[in-house]
Amino acid sequence: MITREPVITVKNMVKKFGNFIANDNLNFEVYKGEIFGFIGANGAGKTTAIRILCGLSTPTSGEMKVAGYDVFRQTEKIKQNIGYMSQKFSLYEDLTVYENIRFYGGVYGMKIAERKARTKEMLDRLGLTAYENRKIGDLPLGWKQKLAFSIAILHNPKIVFLDEPTGGVDPITRRQFWNLIYEAIEKGITVFVTTHYMDEAEYCDRVSIMADGKIVALDTPENLKKQYDAANMDEVFLKIAR
Amino acid sequence: MIVVNDLHKQYGEVVALQKVSLSVEQGELFGLIGPDGAGKTTLMRILMSLLLPDSGTATMNDLDVVADYKKVRLITGYMPGRFSLYPDLTVEENLKFFATVFGTTIQENYHLIKDIYQQIEPFKNRRAGKLSGGMKQKLALSCAMIHKPEILILDEPTTGVDAVSRKEFWEMLKRLKELGITILVSTPYMDEASLCDRIALIQEGQLMSVATPSVMMKSFHEDLWTIRTRKIYDTSKSLERLPSMISVNSFGQVLHLVTKKGVHTSASIHQFLTENGEAEILAEPAEASIEDVFILLMNHHKARQ
Repeated sequence: MITREPVITVKNMVKKFGNFIANDNLNFEVYKGEIFGFIGANGAGKTTAIRILCGLSTPTSGEMKVAGYDVFRQTEKIKQNIGYMSQKFSLYEDLTVYENIRFYGGVYGMKIAERKARTKEMLDRLGLTAYENRKIGDLPLGWKQKLAFSIAILHNPKIVFLDEPTGGVDPITRRQFWNLIYEAIEKGITVFVTTHYMDEAEYCDRVSIMADGKIVALDTPENLKKQYDAANMDEVFLKIAR
Repeated sequence: MIVVNDLHKQYGEVVALQKVSLSVEQGELFGLIGPDGAGKTTLMRILMSLLLPDSGTATMNDLDVVADYKKVRLITGYMPGRFSLYPDLTVEENLKFFATVFGTTIQENYHLIKDIYQQIEPFKNRRAGKLSGGMKQKLALSCAMIHKPEILILDEPTTGVDAVSRKEFWEMLKRLKELGITILVSTPYMDEASLCDRIALIQEGQLMSVATPSVMMKSFHEDLWTIRTRKIYDTSKSLERLPSMISVNSFGQVLHLVTKKGVHTSASIHQFLTENGEAEILAEPAEASIEDVFILLMNHHKARQ
C-alpha cells in the first residue's frame, strides 16, 4: 500500500570529494510502502547517495531524514532501522546459513526468541531448512542472493536498500527475487533498489534517473515513458543518459 | 576459428563443464549466454590456456590449447571478467606495457584500436585505477587488441556496466568483427544475445541450445502470451493455477505466460482470469524473446533432473 507518507526525505543534498561534486543538490522523497528505483550510468553518483542514506558517509550539506532520523546526527539509529544488501557484499562465505543468520540477528540486536522464530519461518519459506548447516560458499548464487535479501529484512526494517541485487543471476531466479521484493512490500517494508536491468525498472512504483550527480527525472515508469515518448524504460534511459 | 570437442572440467564434485562441443567460425561474433556459475568463465579460461581440461580438446585457429599454448597466447586477445590491468599505471603505460610484452608498439597497431582508444586518450595520464567503469572497459579492450590478435575472448565485458556504455561496447565489437577478428563473448544479459551472429545458451555446464538468435527465438515450441494487467503480482498468482500452464514470469510491465501448445486461446485465458476475479486484463499471443527461450529450456533442464 503506497502512501504519501515519506520515509526518506532528501533536501538539497550535496556531497563533494575535493573539487568533485558527486551529488549535486538532490531533492526527492521516498514514500512508505513503495518500490523506489534508483538508476543511472556508472559514475552518476548513485552509490555515493546510497552510502549517505545508509548512514555510512556524511554529506557535505543538505537536510536529509531516513526512517525519521537525521543523516548527520543519528546514523546509528538509521542503521538499526534499515536493511542493506548488495551484489558485491552479502554474506560470509565461510559461515553456514544458520551462522550468517545468527550473526546478522546479533548485529541488528534482535532478541534470541524472535530471531529463532523468524529464522525458522524464513528457511521454511525459502525451502532452505535442509541446508541450514551448509557453508554459504557452497550454495548457488541465486540461493545466496535470495538468502541475503531475507537476512537484510530479518529485523523487519522500515526500509531496505538493494544495490544491484540481481546482477549475474539466471532469468528465473531474477524473477523469483522480485517476488521476494513484492512480499516485503506486503509486509510494509519500503524498497529502495538500483539495477542495470531496465526491465526491472518497470517493476518499480517510481523511478529516479541520475546523471552527472543530478536527478534528471523522477516519476512512475508509465509517466516517464509518456514524457519521453518511449516504448519501454530502456528507451527512456538511453534518451536521458546519452 | 574455435573448435571445442567434448570438453569436460570438474572442480571436486562440481561439474563446471559437461562434455561441451562447439565451433565458432572465422570472423564470427559468438555469444555465450548464461548466468553466473553456468561454466562460461571455465570454458574461456581453458581456451586461453589458463586452465587444463579434464578431458576433451579445443583448438584456436588449428592450434591446440594444451600442446600449443604458447602460440595460442600470441594469436588471442583476452579480457577477463575482473578488471585486470595495472591500477597504478596510467592509461598509456598500461597500453604500452601490453604492446611491449607482445613485442610490438602502440604505433604499429594504433589503427586497430583508434576508434576505442581515442575516447579515453584525453585521460591517458590518469591511473587506470581511477577510471570509471565504462572507461576501464575501453582500456581493457584496447590492451587486448594491441598485439593484433586473430581471436578475441571477452569474459562478461558488460557486466555491471550501465545501459549506455553497454550499447557503445557492442558497437565497438561490431567494428572489430568487420576487421575479420573472431570474437567469443560471454554475457548474463539476455537482451545482448540479438547482437551476436550466433549464440549458445549455457546453464550448469551444459549447452542447452546453439543457433542464430532468430532461429533460436523461432524454436520456441509452446504457446506464449503477453498479459497486461494493473496488478502484476496478483494476476501472476492467479495464472499459476491455470490448467496447462508451464510458466508465468514478469517481463517489464507485462507478464509472459507459457502454456502447452494448442490448449488455450486469448479468450480462454481471459475467461479464466475473469472467473478468478481479475479485471481489466488483456491477453495476446506473443513472439518469444531469447530470455523466454532460456527460461523454457531451463524449466525442461530442471524437469529432466
